[in-house]
Amino acid sequence: MPFTWLLLILAAIAVVGYQMGRSRALKSAGGDRRVLHSLPVYYGSNVAMWAIVPAAAVLIVWLLAQPFFVNSRVLATLPDTMVSEGSSIGLVMSDVRRVADGLDTAVAQGAMSRDEALSLSTETSDVRERLGDVGVALGSAVSAEVLKGAQLYRTLNATGSTLMTVLVLLIALGGAAYAYSRSTADFRARNNVERGILALLIAAASVAILTTIGILFALLFNTIEFFKLYPAADFFFGTNWAPSFSGRGGASDLGVLPLLWGTFYISFIALLVAVPIGLFSAIYLSEYAGPKVRGIAKPLIEILAGIPTIVYGLFALLTVGPLLVSMFGKETLGWMQGGTAVMTAGLVMGIMLIPFVSSLSDDIINAVPQAMRDGSYGLGATKSETIRQVILPAALPGIVGAILLAASRAIGETMIVVLGAGAAARLSLNPFEAMTTITAKIVSQLTGDADFASPEALVAFALGMTLFVLTLGLNIFALYIVRKYREQYD
Amino acid sequence: MNDMRIVERKVDTNEVKIAAKDVQVFYGDNHAIKDVSVEIEDKTVTAFIGPSGCGKSTFLRCINRMNDTIDVCRVKGDILIDGEDIYDAKVDPVQLRAKVGMVFQKPNPFPKSIYDNVAYGPKIHGLAKNKADLDDIVENALRRGAIWDEVKDRLHAPGTGLSGGQQQRLCIARAVATEPEVLLMDEPCSALDPIATAQVEELIDELRKSYSVVIVTHSMQQAARVSQKTAFFHLGNLVEYGETSNIFTNPVDPRTESYITGRIG
Repeated sequence: MPFTWLLLILAAIAVVGYQMGRSRALKSAGGDRRVLHSLPVYYGSNVAMWAIVPAAAVLIVWLLAQPFFVNSRVLATLPDTMVSEGSSIGLVMSDVRRVADGLDTAVAQGAMSRDEALSLSTETSDVRERLGDVGVALGSAVSAEVLKGAQLYRTLNATGSTLMTVLVLLIALGGAAYAYSRSTADFRARNNVERGILALLIAAASVAILTTIGILFALLFNTIEFFKLYPAADFFFGTNWAPSFSGRGGASDLGVLPLLWGTFYISFIALLVAVPIGLFSAIYLSEYAGPKVRGIAKPLIEILAGIPTIVYGLFALLTVGPLLVSMFGKETLGWMQGGTAVMTAGLVMGIMLIPFVSSLSDDIINAVPQAMRDGSYGLGATKSETIRQVILPAALPGIVGAILLAASRAIGETMIVVLGAGAAARLSLNPFEAMTTITAKIVSQLTGDADFASPEALVAFALGMTLFVLTLGLNIFALYIVRKYREQYD
Repeated sequence: MNDMRIVERKVDTNEVKIAAKDVQVFYGDNHAIKDVSVEIEDKTVTAFIGPSGCGKSTFLRCINRMNDTIDVCRVKGDILIDGEDIYDAKVDPVQLRAKVGMVFQKPNPFPKSIYDNVAYGPKIHGLAKNKADLDDIVENALRRGAIWDEVKDRLHAPGTGLSGGQQQRLCIARAVATEPEVLLMDEPCSALDPIATAQVEELIDELRKSYSVVIVTHSMQQAARVSQKTAFFHLGNLVEYGETSNIFTNPVDPRTESYITGRIG
């Protein structure tokens, strides 16, 4: 039975259970809603919840566990000799899976009967050719062991799916029946449903945390893998970034310092642009602008935040770069060689960050109580004195938070750098030279045919880990700053 | 009500400090103050009483042009302080507010240290020549705010960490530090407990020696305790204005009598 059908049946059980639970509760109360402990809706929801939640949980666990189980069973049937022949378990298993998929396709297209797919043998027919006929291309002739493995793989998966369907449906029906039997007037359905909702909320919150942990581990293992192939000291203190794409290991220089420098330099220029402009526009919008101007200007500034960064990249490449060259290029000052430079990317990234700084700061300044302004005006302070000496200090923790958020964005930005700053990793103080950042290099190391066993590809994970630790440090620093000022101003 | 105290207390001078003539205030289309004329004397505590929404706070905020910060508010008529029209185009509201200090209903110390809270006004008006001078001003203001002894050992602790009553006295000290001539108080005790209220009332009586104090209050007992003159507002009109003892013992207008006896308001 297709998976979609299973889900539809589950939903149907829930809907029917909802109606039945609702009416049973009403009936047990003799049709008088006031006798019920909860609203009828809760009795129905309780049954639906019992029908879906345990069944879905089993379904998810089963879907996660089945591949592991099938793989290990199939692997056990394969002779050890196959694996030791210069390949890996993964490669043999992927052969098995491909043949199994091919058999599935052949059966689905009618080129092979079900029984034939199960009884097919390498001695009686050319499996490679048969599968080639239905459009499944295999790299080499199929060995008897692989075909057997594939057949076992198919059988196990088919049995597994059937078992799963039956089990899930039984659990759904059982859950619904259990909840239905309890749907009487005295039953505290509302409390139960609310506990279910609480669990849902907790689950949603844990997804974010667990994902972060998952990402961290994925990065961590690959980083460790990288440091096995490439010395850590050379990575962290190397001043040269020159990966070779020719072969494995050997000639590559993978020093992170030029990339770190480029990242910080570009982010620094971006913040230099974004912080004053963003902060000043926030002050204007929240303190000086009338409601009409504010109503138009604030959304306009926020539109800047909605522009995809690749568009900013184009703006850097086609407009800002040439403009800067005409100002600082060979004809005039001679500082700038080409349109792609730290300055180009920094300026455009700064423009991108303006709405982050201004919108957040604006909200924070607006949150400063009117009593503070009244107090200051009442003492004969002007508007600007009030802003400088009362409102900004009171809003400072929030503003620092906004700036650090913008800094995180700047450090993680990729497209503007790729298009605006060039791809050359170099250590230089001249902001008119091309440089590149960690994120841009992660992209270039992993695009194309990446061999995930080579240090040239694995270095991307080490770079990602570096970036992760950097932004984590930045956030901890931000929290520290915010807390420190909060002690003083609260 | 302590009638004995009212009788004993004499008004020191009869010099007019603030003179309002035919003042009208509009909030958009709402006519909030109608034809109010009043003469407020120097070195006197004048209380504005009346039911909520009667316009007493609005009128108070006209005296230092705090209503200017509200967009929809329009003021007509003349308010003179020492004979000068404060709504004249020549008058800078910022300078006026330095001369006419204000204390608000809710204590609103700035998120700064106690010292910086008091030093804020003197600093922006350049009243102190040097640090020692500023220290003196701050100490004096805190003494006049009757809070010096409580905070002298922690001048650099945040002002927001004080109790409500202390915060309000800090705000009074802050207002006093700019050496105003008039002190406006908008229900200064409504957020305070009885003990803090008593302290602030004592302080107001003390401040009368140097300033003309105008206080808006909902508590008639408080008006009777601290003021020499009382003005009763009702629905935007100034109904009755006179010696506090007369207003409370012998009101002329029936509306005043109803209010002070608790029948309206």
